Amino acid sequence: MAELPQVVRGFGLTFTQIFKKVTTEQYPEGKVPTQPRYHGRHQLNRHPDGLEKCIGCELCAWACPADAIYVEGADNTETERYSPGERYGAVYQINYLRCIFCGFCIEACPTRALTMRNDYEMADDSRASLIFTKDQLLAPLQEGMLAPPHPMPEGMNEKDYYRGKVTGVTAGQLLATQGDEPRYQEAEPGNKGEGWRP
Amino acid sequence: MGLEEKLPSGILLTTVEKVAGYGRAGSLWPATFGLACCSIEMMAVGAGRFDSARFGMEIFRASPRQADLMIVAGRVSQKMAPVLRQIYDQMPSPKWVLSMGVCASSGGMFNNYALVQGVDHIVPVDMYLPGCPPRPEMLLDAFIQLHKKIRATKLGANREAEITEQEDEALATPPTHAMKGLLR
Repeated sequence: MAELPQVVRGFGLTFTQIFKKVTTEQYPEGKVPTQPRYHGRHQLNRHPDGLEKCIGCELCAWACPADAIYVEGADNTETERYSPGERYGAVYQINYLRCIFCGFCIEACPTRALTMRNDYEMADDSRASLIFTKDQLLAPLQEGMLAPPHPMPEGMNEKDYYRGKVTGVTAGQLLATQGDEPRYQEAEPGNKGEGWRP
Repeated sequence: MGLEEKLPSGILLTTVEKVAGYGRAGSLWPATFGLACCSIEMMAVGAGRFDSARFGMEIFRASPRQADLMIVAGRVSQKMAPVLRQIYDQMPSPKWVLSMGVCASSGGMFNNYALVQGVDHIVPVDMYLPGCPPRPEMLLDAFIQLHKKIRATKLGANREAEITEQEDEALATPPTHAMKGLLR
């Protein structure tokens, strides 16, 4: 190669680049998936029968180094039950302009109520709309879940939830909510919890 | 802002608005302005893998006088605040500000006396982007949202009316410390 002129060698190098694989990710059209344990947006999970897992203990808010989480707990009553056990998170807010996605809240959560998803697109033009409230954070009802408030399965208490004995909605729970508007979640194939952006 | 401001309002203006919005969104040049770790992700967006050239934004101008967009990438210290404001003032209108990352947007985890608690205290922000730091895809998503906003920007008399409306709205909004209820 030494006898070739510099110009030819230079253009030769340029020419070989044509056959190199392009590294550019075509972001909005072809998204490259994140790692499965990527720290994305939060989600408040539900038990298999639809009751919320959050018990309003505020451990996530205490663990948060950025003070991004605000929780207010309230008491469950026999007529209005949102989670198994004594208390539930009545107010749940995450300020995404403070949250640094460290995952300490997920580590602190004693009931696995709070987990992180892999979504990351949440740019917005106002500070208030980036404070996510409970209705934005709660996991959507999956097939066979009953929207709270509703009682626990008959003859069971909150310990049975954590032992995995509750696997779905029972007939007694459906009977207890019969007078209300229909809340039983029918099979919705499209409802995967995606597309939350308005 | 020049000839298009002088045009009569009506059908002509709405068409010109669309063309101007298309042009502005299509070649938005960011100022070279990195303050902290977020700017590393901003550089990644300019490089080959994420390639902001696909959005016409690859030229990070070294002079604010040639830039349309200020990406505030990183925490803004009290000492940096006047510098940031000066750079913003030197940019020619129309100009936009993208607050990248939680530190620029609200102070993030650094809730202390050294940092400005949100860059919107000193410059008007058009797009907030959470994340610490945001991954490059998040910044690209913020670019796309900002482009949508720029394409919808009005011109001339309509723009002035829009600004007046926004100012009246902002004046009527209670300040954060006076807000009551859950979003306090």
